[in-house]
Amino acid sequence: MKKVAILQFPGTNCDLDTKYAFDKLGCKSEIIWHKEQKIPSDTHLVVIAGGFSYGDYLRSGAIAKFSPIMRSVKEFAKSGGFVLGICNGFQILTEARLLEGALKRNENLHFISRFQTVKVENSDNEFLKYCQEGEILNIPIAHADGNYYIDKGGLRELEENNQILLRYCDRDGNRAVVNGSVGSIAGICNREKNIFGLMPHPERAVENILGNSGGIKMLKGFIL
Amino acid sequence: MRAIVNIFLKEGVLDPQGKAVHHALDALGFEGVEDVRIGKQIILKLKSLNIEEAKAEVEKMAEEILANTVIEDYTIEIVE
Repeated sequence: MKKVAILQFPGTNCDLDTKYAFDKLGCKSEIIWHKEQKIPSDTHLVVIAGGFSYGDYLRSGAIAKFSPIMRSVKEFAKSGGFVLGICNGFQILTEARLLEGALKRNENLHFISRFQTVKVENSDNEFLKYCQEGEILNIPIAHADGNYYIDKGGLRELEENNQILLRYCDRDGNRAVVNGSVGSIAGICNREKNIFGLMPHPERAVENILGNSGGIKMLKGFIL
Repeated sequence: MRAIVNIFLKEGVLDPQGKAVHHALDALGFEGVEDVRIGKQIILKLKSLNIEEAKAEVEKMAEEILANTVIEDYTIEIVE
């Protein structure tokens, strides 16, 4: 049984949904308070759940990156452990420089909360291995700061190394402008493909009663 | 002694808030505005009395937490 550690900062609010999703996949998941010094041994995956850590003060994720647990997360990631940041978790990972780029205020300045179609760009990684390249998933988004920015050179590297996981798209799979993200990027991973970040919330799409179960297909990549 | 840190999105990084305010100014008939950039100002009250030391210390703060240098530039002003 794979162990999943779900981080909780003051202001995190998707920790229980995330735990529900991983428990559904048969994991032994545990919520870890950010003041802890160490993630539990035998952890297979660390998830930085969504929410508004520290009230998004200063910048989303800017203060959470200094929480005690983050030192342990960095060591875990450096030794090859899997880390997944969802929404605010993605923002924390870019602020901590574990992922490249940054997330700015949405181009239209609105908090966007709705189902959004995204296209799988690369599936040669642990996270999206059960998805097909080009597959379109419909996953909830809920963010004000999801406008992904990276400079031109950085974007080229992401593309060349197959680090782009998902792009926002319309129902036919054409790139869509949702929040102003460079290249309509919705999620990326690091070059070593063990650290993943995305703005959409797969944990909110895990059973049909929630609209669809596309999120399970993503999350189970780490587990099965 | 105080340090005034001004933080703005880098040139070339689109500033959605500045753009929205620019539109609003246009709509209000203020046509003389070429560009609007919105940033933030952080004012620190410092214990140090040495300007050079204070500046170096605040620069470290800006690099580590106050600004995200992937998208933001900052300026530091030390005021007695």
